[in-house]
Amino acid sequence: MAEAYDTLIIGAGMSGLAAGIRLAYYDQRVGILERHKTIGGLNSFYRAGGRDYDVGLHAVTNFTPKGAKKGPLSRLLRQLRFQWEDFALAPQQQSRIAFPGVNLAFSNDIRLLESEIARCFPHQVAAFANLRSQVLDYDDLDQAAFEISTRKVLGQIFSDPLLIEMLLCPLMWYGNARVHDMDWGQFCIMFRSIFLEGFARPMRGVRLILKHLVKKFRSLGGQLLLRHGVKQIVSEHGRAVGVILDDGREIQAKRILSSAGWVETQRMMGEVDEVGNDAAGQLTFIETITTLNCQPAKLGLSDTIVFYNDSDRFDWRPPQHDLCDLRTGVVCSPNNYLYEDNEQLQDGVIRITSIANFDRWSGLAEADYRREKLVWYDRSSDSAVRFVPEFRHHAIDTDMFTPKTIQRFTWHDNGAVYGAPQKRLDGRTQLENVYVCGTDQGFVGIVGAIISGISIANQYCLK
Amino acid sequence: MAPEEIREVIIEILGDIAPDEDLGSLDDAVAFREQLELDSMDFLDIVMELRKRYRVQIPEDEYVQLASMRSTVDYLTPKMSEVAK
Repeated sequence: MAEAYDTLIIGAGMSGLAAGIRLAYYDQRVGILERHKTIGGLNSFYRAGGRDYDVGLHAVTNFTPKGAKKGPLSRLLRQLRFQWEDFALAPQQQSRIAFPGVNLAFSNDIRLLESEIARCFPHQVAAFANLRSQVLDYDDLDQAAFEISTRKVLGQIFSDPLLIEMLLCPLMWYGNARVHDMDWGQFCIMFRSIFLEGFARPMRGVRLILKHLVKKFRSLGGQLLLRHGVKQIVSEHGRAVGVILDDGREIQAKRILSSAGWVETQRMMGEVDEVGNDAAGQLTFIETITTLNCQPAKLGLSDTIVFYNDSDRFDWRPPQHDLCDLRTGVVCSPNNYLYEDNEQLQDGVIRITSIANFDRWSGLAEADYRREKLVWYDRSSDSAVRFVPEFRHHAIDTDMFTPKTIQRFTWHDNGAVYGAPQKRLDGRTQLENVYVCGTDQGFVGIVGAIISGISIANQYCLK
Repeated sequence: MAPEEIREVIIEILGDIAPDEDLGSLDDAVAFREQLELDSMDFLDIVMELRKRYRVQIPEDEYVQLASMRSTVDYLTPKMSEVAK
């Protein structure tokens, strides 16, 4: 085998790039292998019709202001030797959880949500304070404590089931790989990252963050190898010795860090059949992106993100009998952030996300696929405008991605956005020098993925 | 390297790891953890920076020696006596 690396990283998403920076900074010979022609993974970007689009990013969660010493954001900036200004994060204006007849507004100041709960659920104020302190107490990364049922815990804390559903809605939408219920560990992480820390966005979108990560990785001597898909991880006596690429070339490595996903990595190690496995995640989405000829605020939409659900029960599962389930969704406007000096994006943008069924989308013939995209663009917009103002008469451009798109560019089974339901917190595999990081290790979101890459690199590849 | 020089090196490393911390008022006898917002990832970086900059190897079970500035300097003095600043 030619070319020996200290560490080979599979996947140039947030976690792989972050791990790469750590290892290259400490003088390892590091290669990042990415099958796609560009970087980003689940948080990528593209350009179409002269416009820039983000794929994953609605908001960077875990936002803490400049100077904060605690929290994942400051930790990752320190670990990667970035300045706070590098990510140019602008905080959100205000977001909203919208259920029939009840709206709970929240912002990056938890007091707004507290006052909203006092207004709408006066008898649940003490319970919410109790929940908050239980979330703050949680710091156990042991697998058993992580996997406690969140619905069970919340059922013991709150007496009003509607508030439980409303609190679960945004937290599940932004990071729950399980169907219906949520791991308590994941809930605590999401509660902190969204309600106690908050939403922010760089004006230039996710490409700004990725650009900084790649630039740093390369400046430290790291090698980013695009269009280098890994077909197989080669092992001898329980240890990986290298990889075989899609084109048959072989690369040698002392250890391998894979952000390809748990099942996907198992497949590279020859452990899973090509088709059919229950371990992969099921939750995937369609997203419509509408470009407007005005700012969304002109139409009466000044919320940053609206999480809506059209009944008192929030049903978090992929639809069984249809392409999408439009009972719940997320409306995000990247315009509605507090950008520095009151700057604003040139175009208005509204993104609407709905839960989708991967098998049904990927099973469509090409002509049907194109038609269904148009059909579901309209349907998901119809669903959303029950909770936000009508915007379509101001549309000057539209685009849309589906579970099929996500799978095609990320190679994650089922186009699963939040990975497998069972997280691998310790990052280990059956091969002693192969580790997983990223979504399937346990952390989601941009900050979470970066922290995952850093911590697995620190734990196994540096010492 | 003399103990005072080792102390300077550690201050320099801390400044890189935690640029927002005020290191001027550091009390050498008190644990870093009690004065600075350092977590285990930051402690790993002290070890890694010493390895990167001066090729000093610190085994994992001796990381505890790096608790305070005084204990760090005491621990590193014999290890770094031959190292040039």
